[in-house]
Amino acid sequence: MKSPLRGLRGRLLVAFVLVAALATLTTGALTFREARTGVLQQSQDNVIKRLRDHVNSFAAEISYPPTQPDLEWVAAQVSRAEPTQNWRVLATYRDLRATSTPQDGFTELSPAMRSAVGSRRAAVFQRVTTKGRSSLVVGMPVTFGSPGDRPASGVAVFLTVPQTGEQGYVDALVTAIGRAVLPALGLAVLLALLAARGVLRPVRELRRATRSIAEGHLDTRLAVNGSDELADLSHTFNETAAALEESVAELRRMEARARRFVADVSHELRTPLAAMSAVTDVLDEDADRLDGDTATAVRLISSETVKLTRLVDDLMEISRFDAGAAGLQLDDLDLAECLRHTLAARAWLDTVDSAGLPAPGELRGRADPRRLDVVVANLVGNALRHGARPVQLRLYARESPGADRVAVIEVLDSGSGIPADVLPHVFDRFYKSDTARTRSEGSGLGLSIAAENVRLHGGTVRAANRDANREGNREKGGGAVFTVEIPLPHDADPNQEQQQEQEQQKKKEMEKEGEKA
Amino acid sequence: MPRVLLIEDDRAVQEGVRLALRRQGHDVTVAGTGEEGLARLRTFRPDVVVLDLMLPGLSGLEVCRRIRTEDQVPIIMATARGDDTDIVVGLEAGADDYVVKPVQARVLEARIRAVLRRVGGAPNPDGGIPKIETHGENGELAIDRAGLTVARQGVPVPLAPSELRLLLTLSASPGQVFSRQQLLEAVWEHSYHGDSRLVDACVKRLRTKMGDPAGHPVYIQTVRGFGYRFQSGHQPHAQSQPQPQPQPHSQSR
Repeated sequence: MKSPLRGLRGRLLVAFVLVAALATLTTGALTFREARTGVLQQSQDNVIKRLRDHVNSFAAEISYPPTQPDLEWVAAQVSRAEPTQNWRVLATYRDLRATSTPQDGFTELSPAMRSAVGSRRAAVFQRVTTKGRSSLVVGMPVTFGSPGDRPASGVAVFLTVPQTGEQGYVDALVTAIGRAVLPALGLAVLLALLAARGVLRPVRELRRATRSIAEGHLDTRLAVNGSDELADLSHTFNETAAALEESVAELRRMEARARRFVADVSHELRTPLAAMSAVTDVLDEDADRLDGDTATAVRLISSETVKLTRLVDDLMEISRFDAGAAGLQLDDLDLAECLRHTLAARAWLDTVDSAGLPAPGELRGRADPRRLDVVVANLVGNALRHGARPVQLRLYARESPGADRVAVIEVLDSGSGIPADVLPHVFDRFYKSDTARTRSEGSGLGLSIAAENVRLHGGTVRAANRDANREGNREKGGGAVFTVEIPLPHDADPNQEQQQEQEQQKKKEMEKEGEKA
Repeated sequence: MPRVLLIEDDRAVQEGVRLALRRQGHDVTVAGTGEEGLARLRTFRPDVVVLDLMLPGLSGLEVCRRIRTEDQVPIIMATARGDDTDIVVGLEAGADDYVVKPVQARVLEARIRAVLRRVGGAPNPDGGIPKIETHGENGELAIDRAGLTVARQGVPVPLAPSELRLLLTLSASPGQVFSRQQLLEAVWEHSYHGDSRLVDACVKRLRTKMGDPAGHPVYIQTVRGFGYRFQSGHQPHAQSQPQPQPQPHSQSR
């Protein structure tokens, strides 16, 4: 399974969340910075302006050079002028210091700021954070009256304002931005899922349809909605599927026509052949009484009629397989006996080594006796024609755990074997391994028919060459071996089945007795 | 001289088969259509009918059915196609055997001989002395093994030769299970790998004629995966008798 994040849905989700997070955080950060600056700037301007107003009004009322009580009075007045703001004021003149709150060390005031106030004659401010609390420190020199020339009086007023309100604003801002991020991310996830669904639904449809086509449902089509790229793709898919369906249908039509033609030809050949094969015995019997050439001609016609009959029979058989009209007539059989009878019916008992067949009653199974006969007769006939004798016929059952029992039939000959390039084609129709031998006794369909019959039983057939070294017992080695494997489903024990049937019968009888009584 | 009625529309086949069978010592009459065949049946009184299934006009199948309504003469059908459904339908219409065209004269001849042997040659150990067995409730089914007749509740049941022979074979050993292949050899004299559909179709016809319900047959019972057996029916004594087990059938010939 692919990781959920590597799917289209996962990728869309990640992308949306990243974009949303980035956007929210950037907006938040910028907003925060601007707002913070704005809030602080405003409060600081406000403080400086009011300090200047107070210093102007109170500093004018003291005498110069000021005394300690003067400075104390200025500090107290300035501090008292803003009772709600918690102003702490320090007034200095040379070495004199006076604070609005007694014993105030005024630790926020840095020496650098003091000297800056002394030298610059303008308001100086600094934001100081001590112990997590920020405050604004403002220093303001007191200058004398006339504009233009403003000599310093040497008096400086310093002010410390705690900025708790401003800090509160900023903190609230951070919290607000933080709170905005979460819904934004949630919204992003939701949008991502919606978008993914919109994209993925057609994609999923497409996948389902493709699979359906692959499974052979060529009439699968997609509903085309809208006019986007996916709709285009669906449209193209539909066109492709239609074209595929059409060409497959055409191929099937052609194939069906070809098959029907073979079936029709074979069928049409049957009637004249029926008349001809009815009289071949007559020809054979009377040929002896005819003179040489005529007798030869008559025998030739007779024997070729028999071959032609077999060829047409085989063609009919093959067309039934092609048309899917071949069915199994299963019967419970003694397989070894069935094989022995196949040999006996063709007078092969003396030519074929049947020592490898189990004893009667040893191996039973369900098979179609007629088709099994065709399989064995074709394989043994092929071995007798193309391989060298002795030809062996073997049969055994192979048990495999968890699967059906398999009946294995082997036909072995002692010829030179089948060339490697021919081996894959031995079951092909009309395939002749030896091109010099343009015609043989067989119709050229025997092995194909055998293979079709085995397949109908759900089995397999294969051809191979015997391994001379492994067999060991034959010096010249080689020879072909045809192996048929037919599954034998585990059937209920016939005896048991019969007993069950008897019990049912008895039950029925008892019921009837009961009704009578 | 066995009398053969050949119902076949193709002139060449007519000629060939007639020629071949006549040389084997049969008295052959040919009918070109089904209607003509039915007419000849009454005048010629054949011992066996060879019937082509593909006939113009009245189909071979219909001819087969009509013959069976009035006559139990053995019928061998010749199917041109050898299609499985054709064979099954033909057998159920009442044909005793079938050959697939083109057929060699000696194969057809062998089938004719076999079917003719069936008419007179049922297992009959006691010669002409009537030997009547009764089966079923109150002995409703009576089989005369010597006279080769079957009656149900006193009414004669007309049986075709295959049906009669099959019934005689099965009822000779009540309770014994016969495989289809055994029955093919015993009744049809087919080779071992014969067509078991002959047996199934014949059993079906036999059950119908004997009034044996197909769902719960009383007399001829199917032993699934094995074959058939004859059950004597509901006689009070038959119940307590132990049922013989099916014997592994091995015909080493």
